Amino acid sequence: MAALAEEQTEVAVKLEPEGPPTLLPPQTGDSAGEGGGGTTNNGPNGGGGNVAASSSSAGGDGGTPKPSVAVSAVAPAGAAPVPAAAPEAGAPHDRQTLLAVLQFLRQSNLREAEEALRREARLLEEAVAGSGAPGEADGAGAETASALLSRVTASAPGPAAPDPPVSGASGSAAVSGLAAGPAAPGKVGSVAVEDQPDVSAVLSAYNQQGDPTMYEEYYSGLKHFIECSLDCHRAELSQLFYPLFVHMYLELVYNQHENEAKSFFEKFHGDQECYYQDDLRVLSSLTKKEHMKGNETMLDFRTSKFVLRISRDSYQLLKRHLQEKQNNQIWNIVQEHLYIDIFDGMPRSKQQIDAMVGSLAGEAKREANKSKVFFGLLKEPEIEVPLDDEDEEGENEEGKPKKKKPKKDSIGSKSKKQDPNAPPQNRIPLPELKDSDKLDKIMNMKETTKRVRLGPDCLPSICFYTFLNAYQGLTAVDVTDDSSLIAGGFADSTVRVWSVTPKKLRSVKQAADLSLIDKESDDVLERIMDEKTASELKILYGHSGPVYGASFSPDRNYLLSSSEDGTVRLWSLQTFTCLVGYKGHNYPVWDTQFSPYGYYFVSGGHDRVARLWATDHYQPLRIFAGHLADVNCTRFHPNSNYVATGSADRTVRLWDVLNGNCVRIFTGHKGPIHSLTFSPNGRFLATGATDGRVLLWDIGHGLMVGELKGHSDTVCSLRFSRDGEILASGSMDNTVRLWDAIKAFEDLETDDFTTATGHINLPENSQELLLGTYMTKSTPVVHLHFTRRNLVLAAGAYSPQ
Amino acid sequence: RQHFYIISGREPRGLIPSRGRGSDLLSVSARNCSWRERGQHGAERRVSGALAVGLHLPALGHLPSGEGRRGSRMAEEKKLKLSNTVLPSESMKVVAESMGIAQIQEETCQLLTDEVSYRIKEIAQDALKFMHMGKRQKLTTSDIDYALKLKNVEPLYGFHAQEFIPFRFASGGGRELYFYEEKEVDLSDIINTPLPRVPLDVCLKAHWLSIEGCQPAIPENPPPGNLRAQRPAPTPLPPPPFTSPALTAFPPAPKEQQKAEATEPLKSAKPGQEEDGPLKGKGQGATPADGKGKEKKAPPLLEGAPLRLKPRSIHELSVEQQLYYKEITEACVGSCEAKRAVRVNVVQNNLALLIYLMRMVKALMDNPTLYLEKYVHELIPAVMTCIVSRQLCLRPDVDNHWALRDFAARLVAQICKHFSTTTNNIQSRITKTFTKSWVDEKTPWTTRYGSIAGLAELGHDVIKTLILPRLQQEGERIRGVLDGPVLSNIDRIGADHVQSLLLKHCAPVLAKLRPPPDNQDAYRAEFGSLGPLLCSHVVKARAQAALQAQQVNRTTLTITQPRPTLTLSQAPQPGPRTPGLLKVPGSIALPVQTLVSARAAAPPQPSPPPTKFIVMSSSSSASSTQQVLSLSTSAPGSGSTTTSPVTTTVPSVQPIVKLVSTATSAPPSTAPSGPGSVQKYIVVSLPPTGEGKGGPTSHPSPAPPPTSAPSPLGVSALCGGKPEAGESPPPAPGTPKANGSQPPGCGSPPPAP
Repeated sequence: MAALAEEQTEVAVKLEPEGPPTLLPPQTGDSAGEGGGGTTNNGPNGGGGNVAASSSSAGGDGGTPKPSVAVSAVAPAGAAPVPAAAPEAGAPHDRQTLLAVLQFLRQSNLREAEEALRREARLLEEAVAGSGAPGEADGAGAETASALLSRVTASAPGPAAPDPPVSGASGSAAVSGLAAGPAAPGKVGSVAVEDQPDVSAVLSAYNQQGDPTMYEEYYSGLKHFIECSLDCHRAELSQLFYPLFVHMYLELVYNQHENEAKSFFEKFHGDQECYYQDDLRVLSSLTKKEHMKGNETMLDFRTSKFVLRISRDSYQLLKRHLQEKQNNQIWNIVQEHLYIDIFDGMPRSKQQIDAMVGSLAGEAKREANKSKVFFGLLKEPEIEVPLDDEDEEGENEEGKPKKKKPKKDSIGSKSKKQDPNAPPQNRIPLPELKDSDKLDKIMNMKETTKRVRLGPDCLPSICFYTFLNAYQGLTAVDVTDDSSLIAGGFADSTVRVWSVTPKKLRSVKQAADLSLIDKESDDVLERIMDEKTASELKILYGHSGPVYGASFSPDRNYLLSSSEDGTVRLWSLQTFTCLVGYKGHNYPVWDTQFSPYGYYFVSGGHDRVARLWATDHYQPLRIFAGHLADVNCTRFHPNSNYVATGSADRTVRLWDVLNGNCVRIFTGHKGPIHSLTFSPNGRFLATGATDGRVLLWDIGHGLMVGELKGHSDTVCSLRFSRDGEILASGSMDNTVRLWDAIKAFEDLETDDFTTATGHINLPENSQELLLGTYMTKSTPVVHLHFTRRNLVLAAGAYSPQ
Repeated sequence: RQHFYIISGREPRGLIPSRGRGSDLLSVSARNCSWRERGQHGAERRVSGALAVGLHLPALGHLPSGEGRRGSRMAEEKKLKLSNTVLPSESMKVVAESMGIAQIQEETCQLLTDEVSYRIKEIAQDALKFMHMGKRQKLTTSDIDYALKLKNVEPLYGFHAQEFIPFRFASGGGRELYFYEEKEVDLSDIINTPLPRVPLDVCLKAHWLSIEGCQPAIPENPPPGNLRAQRPAPTPLPPPPFTSPALTAFPPAPKEQQKAEATEPLKSAKPGQEEDGPLKGKGQGATPADGKGKEKKAPPLLEGAPLRLKPRSIHELSVEQQLYYKEITEACVGSCEAKRAVRVNVVQNNLALLIYLMRMVKALMDNPTLYLEKYVHELIPAVMTCIVSRQLCLRPDVDNHWALRDFAARLVAQICKHFSTTTNNIQSRITKTFTKSWVDEKTPWTTRYGSIAGLAELGHDVIKTLILPRLQQEGERIRGVLDGPVLSNIDRIGADHVQSLLLKHCAPVLAKLRPPPDNQDAYRAEFGSLGPLLCSHVVKARAQAALQAQQVNRTTLTITQPRPTLTLSQAPQPGPRTPGLLKVPGSIALPVQTLVSARAAAPPQPSPPPTKFIVMSSSSSASSTQQVLSLSTSAPGSGSTTTSPVTTTVPSVQPIVKLVSTATSAPPSTAPSGPGSVQKYIVVSLPPTGEGKGGPTSHPSPAPPPTSAPSPLGVSALCGGKPEAGESPPPAPGTPKANGSQPPGCGSPPPAP
């Protein structure tokens, strides 16, 4: 039955804020942080969290419609109720709810109802039967289930006991709807079976089976039916092929029909869409039941329901067919492993479908992208305006002060106006501006006035920084906002920082020498620097594995680096030493980035979670869990209230920093996502993946708004120009491409229908939008940066082939 | 419990599990895999780990096709072709055997096969992830290590290879095997090998990838024409791994491009300048924000003719060559003053190196693909230094720095010829410099010699207008030194050289200028003390000119060596002589009579093939440096009887190098000045056949050379020891006749007949 695994995996560590200036870290963050780290064992979607959620699910009713489950950070055993958002009545329920309901029914002697419910959730019987067994949920599935059950029981008498009538009613309503079978419209797949990351429990779902020799017949029967259906339905129903194929294969393997599985795979894998080949490759190596344990991809298929979006007509067609054929095997799979998101209206075309599918777990559900996102920019503090005026007048000798003034004013006024889409200024606590930050802002303003207005007729110049003699070892690059420093992370565990201005890098003097300095002097900041240490390059040693991510703090005082060794390190650029090693990801950390306001940073890694940190807390403040595969890249929204993550599960998610909720899921990429960037106005997101495509997303509406085709290999770097007119993309195919961002976003008329249905029609205009292609000499473009004057800096390591 | 196998090379490349571990694994599996039920997850892990490791063993069966090694490539295939390949169970047997377990059940093998195949694929897929995140296109061994680490398996320590590790394939007996060749290497060899060079450090280099939308055609960017072609699968240019950034990263650009680069420095700032240039908008004002005006000009120019650039061809230089090139270039024209070699070596008086440097300049000059214009101003001072420097070697009385001066003088002449224009006036500037230093009374003889040589090489007109008028004056000066009281041996040698130089250069000019009857007195009247000598030289010059004309008539075979070699020549003057110097002409235009007579003396031999001699001498008494004396080709030897030359039929035979000690064999006239010095000659010859080469060395006693002229040096004795060896000996240079007839080889154009 329908497990809403997705929601459940969105576990956010949420805490009572104690006060500014920070989002507070979990008090028992250890367990939450470390426990979430596992991939081979329990995923981040640990069972303990769900227990707590379920115990309180019925109590809360004011939660968001988005059924993200906020979980207390306390250890799993303590099922303390938390004031978390709970699903509304009628919303899909999870396994724990079901268990609770059963328990309740049993206690209330409602045998019939219990029976009926159980019949529906046949699977649960064993679990319920084994309810006597105590112990921690770390063993087999039965044990886990029973432990869950007993915990539910234990918490039932507590103050936050579920409200029986409500949950029971909703649960049974859904169940009965299902029991009615085909007659129940639109409710299919809405009841949760389970979401146990525990392997055995997951696998046990495959226990029920038909005749293994019939599988091929079933599948080809369905194939025949779909291929013979009307054109308008065929495209939609074709979406079924892949998930059915996967699950049927897994069932065969699980039940140890190895030869049948093999022949099934041989026969039908060629039919699948080419973008699933990575997964198919994993699948093809799974030939034994033993292999299924500990295989992450396998777990992904099981723990998350594959989401299909199908029109009601097509769905009815399918259902009728399956009923006629008595094809229970396929029907069971549809019921248990797929989530069919039914919409009313015209079936979608093949193009519309193709644009959206491709992720590991199908499309995003429509409601996943419904919550409000404050994508506007925060109001800039207005300190610098008067100062700026004077400076401008003084500096502008040669000429057009008049012209520049209004421009500047407009910039100033823009920042003064409150953007209606902006989050409240203090939605999350932000660090106060220091004097040096104000100075930097003034500098920024001045540079801004000299900025080149870009456009199709005025393309930026690209300055390429080639890392020579890197021996294929360059893994990350970052450039400071003022383009004065460039940092490279290397496979040999070093981080190297270059100064690209004549100003050399100097470290602060030793403490003994510092004490001699006259602290009152005007140039004290100069005096503390040790001239002897001046050099163009500083090497930072500390990591013990390749450095996959690097990020400068906005004030240029710090540098973050993330590495294969599982740590994120914070380096001081005053002393060029390591200040903190942030441990939490126990697996390689693929990316890290500072918030645009500093202080916070985000990291994402192989453990499938992204974490939000503050520099002065050694535990993460938030854990963004939900991705089904590695989090490859992380980016802060310009207003620092959101974090976008791109993952190897081929989805992009947007997370709310305030409460840790996943507010957007973007599907459509056909390969792991390797680059992300927000447009400067915060409205749009551009993402690049291994498939060489760049996709553009409207954050407010949660829709894909553009597709840029041209690259022939992974897009490793993306950046908008400072005013958002140009999007630059750099790729492993050794090119930098410039795209017309204005045109890409200009005729965006998002009508209500599109917004409501999420049906998008992408214009096929990549060629028109492509403004330039610049080939490097055998140098993958790892990083792109627009200087404050809109000069593009690109970087990459020359790699002789 | 582990040990390294060192395979093919210096690094330990493979690591295999020890016996203990292996037998663990096999005993586990031999018990028919009951271990699975016992939940030995750890064991399973280790088994697969061990087997994955074991796959690097020499013998192993089919690799899973495509997985791992070609993993990323597969992604490019349009149509899915996933084959569920597994390792053959034979592999397991082979692995087991290699660990000393002979009997292993078929069933066990099968189980192991499945398990190992799965684990390997799993690891390969994880490794790909690391490859992607590392922003590489190639899977490396470290990716595998990290993938193993993810699975909590100990990585394969020491298994490092930058490049593809080839598996060898063998079949036979119905079995096909892929194996990894494994040589046993003596550890002491490895220990004794010098450490490899430290690779170059990472550095940053900035260039313009695009200027306001146009990609400048600079070497750092790929040639514009390639853009489209390279789209699907960029075929990058192949530079070698260990090289300097400037050279390696960007293969040499075509000449036009170099020219463009030279003339438009805007777009090709040197590494040092450029880094701040684009950012700060200083430099050449290249920041588009404020440097618009300047830049606007460049792109359209390039835009208009993107196809004008020829596709360049790439010569792959070996790593050593590149390193050498880099060093030498830096030393010669580098901007670093300290490194510039001529200056350094002049100060240190390192003659040998200076010679090499001058040769390099010559080579650069001769390279038609280089655009040297922008380096000329760097080259000229260096070369000039080598001509006129007061001292070029440690022992001016012994070392033959004169040859270097001659050579450098020819170089300057060549530079003038190539690069002198009306705007830069190189020739007139150089002439002025030479004249000035010659005219100066206080100039030492070495500089004097250089100046004269430099002037003389500039051509007949220069000799006529600048040297001849001063002959008398110079003659007096020479006389003063040679005939006067011996003040300094060095001065004497210098004067002596200057005199012979003047004679050598002036005689041909005079021979043309003056009508034939050569009267000693007339010469004395006109040229002072040098007159008589000059007169006799002129006579000889006339004779040779006539002879050459004759020769040209007789045979069409006048092969002039196009590439001159630097010969250290001994001035053909009687008197004190530096030891160990031997002049063998680098050119072929030998007097045919000599050859004929040589042939007459030779036993009849149908077609005497040409022989090459390289004569090296080292004088143990004076300096320890060995001097390569000369290289001569005696190709036209066959020309006398049969008119068809046989130069093209030189068989490729290994050269024979002999070291001959000729301390006692040298004729008195050539006795080295250093008393009791032992002179060594190395004779390298390319014999037509191996026979007869023992001759010269086995006949230390001087035998009369077949040439009519007496040989001043031991070399003729060596060569003449055997008749066939003597058939094409170079004419002895020391004799006036030979010298007189000797063409001014070494690259300078022969005087027009």
